[in-house]
Amino acid sequence: MPDHDLDRERLVWIFTQMLRVREFEERVKRTFEEHPGVIRGHTHLADGAEASIVGSLATLRPDDQLLTTYRCHGYPIVLGTDPKAIMAEIYGRKDGLCGGYGGSMHLTDVGRGFLGTSGIVGQGIPHAAGAAYAAQIRGQGQVVLSFFGDGATKQGAFHETLNIASLWKLPVVFVMENNNYNVHTRVEQEDANAAVGEPLAVKAKAHSMPGVSVDGGDPIAVYETVSAAVERARSGEGPTLVESLVYRLSAHGNLIAPPGVPLHYPEHEAIAHFGNREEYEAALRGDPVPRFRGRLVEDGTVSAEDADRIAEEVRAEMQAAVDFGLESPFPPAEAATNYVYA
Amino acid sequence: MARELPYIAAIGEAIHQEMERDDTVLYIGQNIATTDDDPYLKAFGSDRVRVTPISETAEIGMAIGAAMAGYRPVVELYMAEFMLVAMDQVVNEANRFHYMTAGQVNVPVVLKAGYGFTAGWAGQHTGTIYGMFMGVPGLKVALPATPADAKGLMTASIRDDNPVVFFHHYLLTLEHGDVPEGEHVVPLGQANVVREGGDVTIVALGYMLGQALEAAEQLASEGVQAEVIDPRTLAPLDTATILTSVEKTGRLVVVDQSTRHGSAAAVIAAEVASEGFSSLKAPVQLVTALDATIPYSEPMEQYLLPDAAKIAAAVLESPVPA
Repeated sequence: MPDHDLDRERLVWIFTQMLRVREFEERVKRTFEEHPGVIRGHTHLADGAEASIVGSLATLRPDDQLLTTYRCHGYPIVLGTDPKAIMAEIYGRKDGLCGGYGGSMHLTDVGRGFLGTSGIVGQGIPHAAGAAYAAQIRGQGQVVLSFFGDGATKQGAFHETLNIASLWKLPVVFVMENNNYNVHTRVEQEDANAAVGEPLAVKAKAHSMPGVSVDGGDPIAVYETVSAAVERARSGEGPTLVESLVYRLSAHGNLIAPPGVPLHYPEHEAIAHFGNREEYEAALRGDPVPRFRGRLVEDGTVSAEDADRIAEEVRAEMQAAVDFGLESPFPPAEAATNYVYA
Repeated sequence: MARELPYIAAIGEAIHQEMERDDTVLYIGQNIATTDDDPYLKAFGSDRVRVTPISETAEIGMAIGAAMAGYRPVVELYMAEFMLVAMDQVVNEANRFHYMTAGQVNVPVVLKAGYGFTAGWAGQHTGTIYGMFMGVPGLKVALPATPADAKGLMTASIRDDNPVVFFHHYLLTLEHGDVPEGEHVVPLGQANVVREGGDVTIVALGYMLGQALEAAEQLASEGVQAEVIDPRTLAPLDTATILTSVEKTGRLVVVDQSTRHGSAAAVIAAEVASEGFSSLKAPVQLVTALDATIPYSEPMEQYLLPDAAKIAAAVLESPVPA
């Protein structure tokens, strides 16, 4: 008997969303090889974090809200934003989600509760708490999720915000996606808790709120943990810090190689910087997407044929997103001076 | 009907009236509303009026988040320098979202910041730092010099859909002046020709308005008629009013309590040099603070700062057009 309240339909939904995020990120990555120069600047992929993203968002009501980090492609995909608009944005096109003004790092879909994305590490955390303050005043039981990485917990913005959020009992859940790396600094090189072998969730203690760590590769475990935190927030008891342990399967971001354009995604820092191929291969063996598929097929929730069919549909959907993005025109250059002021 | 109010009370009246008018206006910040008899707390309750810890990044960042979610927070920052510990939120968050999202998001936040406390506060609490903010796209900068403008500009700032840094000068805090009762709005981006004159244009920023008017009196006694302009906001900047005046007078003196190279005066001078060159009959003069940290000791403090005498001297010493 499952110890969660997710029915078959919901489990298949979670699996499908994980596949969609993975396939989208794969298509972004392939764009560097297949269409060099189409993606400018810096792009960060969420492959490896799918279970954490989908498990977290599965807890939300339609009127809940969230703010995330610049590694932000996955969330709107799960919320129902059209991947075509997201890909077109990453390609800098007129039909992009933000009209080509924001690009990969600033995806926003206000209509779906995705309020805005700061590209500066840790600085979106107070924005989420501010939205939670607004929710508290409105008093309609809305909850805000704040996503950030382990690196952000070294920012003053993190500690300042957790203090106020706890003091004011704001309806916010802080989801720290701990992927063990700040670019190519390992967590134990920059975090006092990690250096002595403690989970980063202990940081919650300083702000008198619950802190829990969860296997971010298991969407059901994430769902259960975040659900409890969301319920706590919704009932007015205040915030929780959830440390979701994930392993990003791609490098921090695409190669920064001026002049010219990056032609491929670099290898993960475990290999490229630390020469630790074993660590990376172990992470690949634990890849949350095949892991969850195997579990659902094994317990009969979905047949192997159905799982393959879903994957095929997802591939077609994301191919269409790429095609749409490539065909969408660029915005007119003179549009660059729009939206300076509201 | 107008009646006399101190500058700081005029600002408070604007916040109070806007909170009455619009339920989405919030007032948060350090050392406000810490007792039950706080007038804002009594009138509007603890949801809308809250004391915050000394956490500028979180205060401003949360105000941005609340604004994204539909509210209009006014953040009490006390001193302008306290924004510097949260600079990312002011110049790289609040002002970016409307643009980066192609208009999906508005961030109507007012950051209320006192500046220029040149009364023995030494190096770190006396800065005139608005110049840092005037060139930041998406940010508006208000700079009231009188109690009436303080009320009118605060009202406009709260109603504006963009982030506004509202700089009020500490030495004006208790200065009295006529302030209209009831609704009073001074649009952002509209300069005020405070005194008319045909010989020289003096653009005076913030606290320097009073010094410039004093200088104008002195100049009048020597037969020089100065036109004194208060831009009132630095972003948007009403360059047209300044250019029109320079067209008439042919001479421009810009007065700013900032250090010269960080001054708004330098930007205004450049705009006039670029757009109004043919009107100019003499070089533009900048009367600013000297490029040094404000010292504690009074004679040294005064030495660095512009005042009425220095403004008058700059006018009298500058070449008079033929």
